[in-house]
Amino acid sequence: MADEVVLLDFWPSPFGMRIRIALAEKGIKYEYKEEDLRNKSPLLLQSNPVHKKIPVLIHNGKPICESLIVVQYIEDVWSNRNPLLPSDPYHRAQARFWADYVDKKVYDLGRKIWTSKGEEQEAAKKEFVEALKLLEEQLGDKTYFGGDNVGFVDIALVPFYTWFKAYETFGNFNIESECPKFIAWVKRCLQKESVSKSLPDPHKVYEFVVEIRKRIGIE
Amino acid sequence: MGDEVILLNLWLSPYGMRVRIALEIKGIKYENREEDLSNKSPLLLQMNPVHKKIPVLIHNGKSICESLIAVEYIDDVWNDKSPLLPSDPYQRSQAKFWANYVDTKLYEIALRFWRTEGEEKEAAREEFLECLKLLEEQLGDKPYFGGNNLGFVDIALVPLFCYFYTLNLYGNFIKEEQYPRIISWAKRCTQNDNVSKSFPEEQKFKESISQTRTNLNKE
Repeated sequence: MADEVVLLDFWPSPFGMRIRIALAEKGIKYEYKEEDLRNKSPLLLQSNPVHKKIPVLIHNGKPICESLIVVQYIEDVWSNRNPLLPSDPYHRAQARFWADYVDKKVYDLGRKIWTSKGEEQEAAKKEFVEALKLLEEQLGDKTYFGGDNVGFVDIALVPFYTWFKAYETFGNFNIESECPKFIAWVKRCLQKESVSKSLPDPHKVYEFVVEIRKRIGIE
Repeated sequence: MGDEVILLNLWLSPYGMRVRIALEIKGIKYENREEDLSNKSPLLLQMNPVHKKIPVLIHNGKSICESLIAVEYIDDVWNDKSPLLPSDPYQRSQAKFWANYVDTKLYEIALRFWRTEGEEKEAAREEFLECLKLLEEQLGDKPYFGGNNLGFVDIALVPLFCYFYTLNLYGNFIKEEQYPRIISWAKRCTQNDNVSKSFPEEQKFKESISQTRTNLNKE
């Protein structure tokens, strides 16, 4: 049976990147549709009426929303290759916990770094580095959070790397010097085609952030 | 095999209630341990070093944190009866989507309603009722969100209703004629043994809430 898989996405979205990586890991053919977030398509509004956000995966006409829920769906449906989650319930719960931690911390703190100034920004930077250090501890000596291959936590986290140049420039700090193990892990991930082909050039993301800052009036 | 299951909890936490309901549905024997959040036990700090919050499920010495992750873990491990999540991948993703919606929208708005006054409170009320409309549609004619039995979304949502139901001093908040399905769902849930066992005792609850309100008003 020919599956029809469509991804409604926006190229700099780390949430969209997660799904691109998962689809690539599973070798799933799909149609990528770029959304203009200032002019959302009828398909997007119809597929995600609750949040009206990307990314949305549409599988044989049925939409699935929220990036980590989509990745789990992909895992459930295409379960016969490259498992993205451990089979053991306890380890699965741990993977979900850390992906949830990424969701709660990395995105919001990163956003604060490039949108705020002064004390607020300093506090965000400090918390951000602490979060990365905690993740480094979690990784330990493993190649990936998923062990020998990229898994749920790797997929949840690595897309934010494309925003690091923006965080570093506007936050005036260097992430690699604070968290070398983290960056070493990123580099290992980037050696995988499923990851490198799914992530945009950090330079382009940086330019995009420059544009956004102008647009929302942050000098 | 003797399973050792401990729940570190706070008697009126809606998040703790979720885990209790799941344990009750599955018929799992567990020890409910009350935490004093102003004096957290060494066990809590050791079992949830990242967030230092309740609830924490401890299964044979290993901890699982975050209420919905714990509920999913319970479903994974005790998978021989009373499934909390659908087996179909698409239905599963929808259950997770709506539980996530409850978590990220309803609880946040309810908290805002609780903590604010005047215009802000009114705005929160409006937002909450909008969310309720969506849930009313989602529930449709089913007895529970999970179908014929309590499921993931019911478990995520019902503790919040415990608060509203018990506090019908805020009675005009949800008018029965506008949300007939949700109201009858809430009644049905409170009559369910597994749910009522997990609710705090009504009088104690009312006293505690009115004390909290008095304290809040004093600040």
